[in-house]
Amino acid sequence: MYVIVVGGGKVGYHLTHTLVAEGHEVALLESNPARASQLTGELGDMVVIGDGCEVRVMQDVGAGRADCVVAVTGHDEDNLVICQLAKRHFQVPRQIARVNNPKNEPIFHLLGVEETVASTRIIYSLIDQEVESGTSLLLTALRRGKIVIVSADLTPSSPAANRMVKDIHLPGECVLAAIIRDDHILLPSGTTELEPGDTIVGVARPEDQHALQEALMGHGAPPERNSS
Amino acid sequence: MRVVILGCGRVGSTLAAILTREGHEVSVIDRDQGAFDKAVQRLGADFASETVRGVGIDEDVLRQAGIEQADAFVSITSGDNTNIVAAQIARHRFHVPKVFARVYDPIRAEAYREAGIETICTTTVGAGIFHDLVLGRPLADVDQYLGRTPNRKRPPQPEG
Repeated sequence: MYVIVVGGGKVGYHLTHTLVAEGHEVALLESNPARASQLTGELGDMVVIGDGCEVRVMQDVGAGRADCVVAVTGHDEDNLVICQLAKRHFQVPRQIARVNNPKNEPIFHLLGVEETVASTRIIYSLIDQEVESGTSLLLTALRRGKIVIVSADLTPSSPAANRMVKDIHLPGECVLAAIIRDDHILLPSGTTELEPGDTIVGVARPEDQHALQEALMGHGAPPERNSS
Repeated sequence: MRVVILGCGRVGSTLAAILTREGHEVSVIDRDQGAFDKAVQRLGADFASETVRGVGIDEDVLRQAGIEQADAFVSITSGDNTNIVAAQIARHRFHVPKVFARVYDPIRAEAYREAGIETICTTTVGAGIFHDLVLGRPLADVDQYLGRTPNRKRPPQPEG
């Protein structure tokens, strides 16, 4: 795959490093000449000095044949424009944008950039849910965020505790994927009885996450905060 | 008419002062309080009806500046991408009837004009004017400097 990474900060550097190690062809664009020459010293010739917002620069690195453009600069408006130009001007099949201010994430989606990574939001939601006891923990998102994998630790007061899987009303298309009990991984069946102390791993749509949490752990859990 | 201007530099503040003098209601957004102070020094305290400090791609800041009631939005900061993104938010999120963005980069200006955002590339216009002056030619129409044919069909622009 040919990937153009725009922005040679820490994220751009490590991403390029990883992609190259996996055998992908990568161009890393960095507009600051001093930073670019530092990156060239570490990564080699794939580093190009230039502003990824400039159509000419993108043309010169072969944006027309790129499979993916990843915009990871520290400026959201730059990342958005880079992805829009990649999509509209160069018809790059995939564009992925880093969103620095999580508040801007809906704007990216509104303006046609579907794949966004808001590290602040992800870390916040992990911390937030860790701190609140009795909530489910978002483990990861799949299918561009349309599916989430969550875990929930059952307590003696959880409504799902001491009940069989078939007696728990699960919302939507939720699936209980695994039960972790005393460091063993169990595959749940309808007659499996859930126990306090179990960690339940579920797969759900983000809109069902809260209902799943309620089915397993009961009310009193805070509403989902990171819906967009 | 209610106008929201993003960017209180020379052009933004002067445009605000002209519109305000004509009796329009103008809010100006800038992230830097110093920009407002300079505008007041140059143009007087009443150069705009309202000033709002904040980042122009922040929906809350735009709302505070009254974008929901705005008839026109002009994005004229020194950053092309800020102007492009703010103009798109004004158009697609708030459905402001008239949206204009200054874009210095001619290629980006053209790309977004094709995508339906009315961009004004002052680089092309400025260079074109000086070009004609240098060659001793009469000045042309702005549309010609912008590379538009005079009869080019423009998007409908309802009256504010």
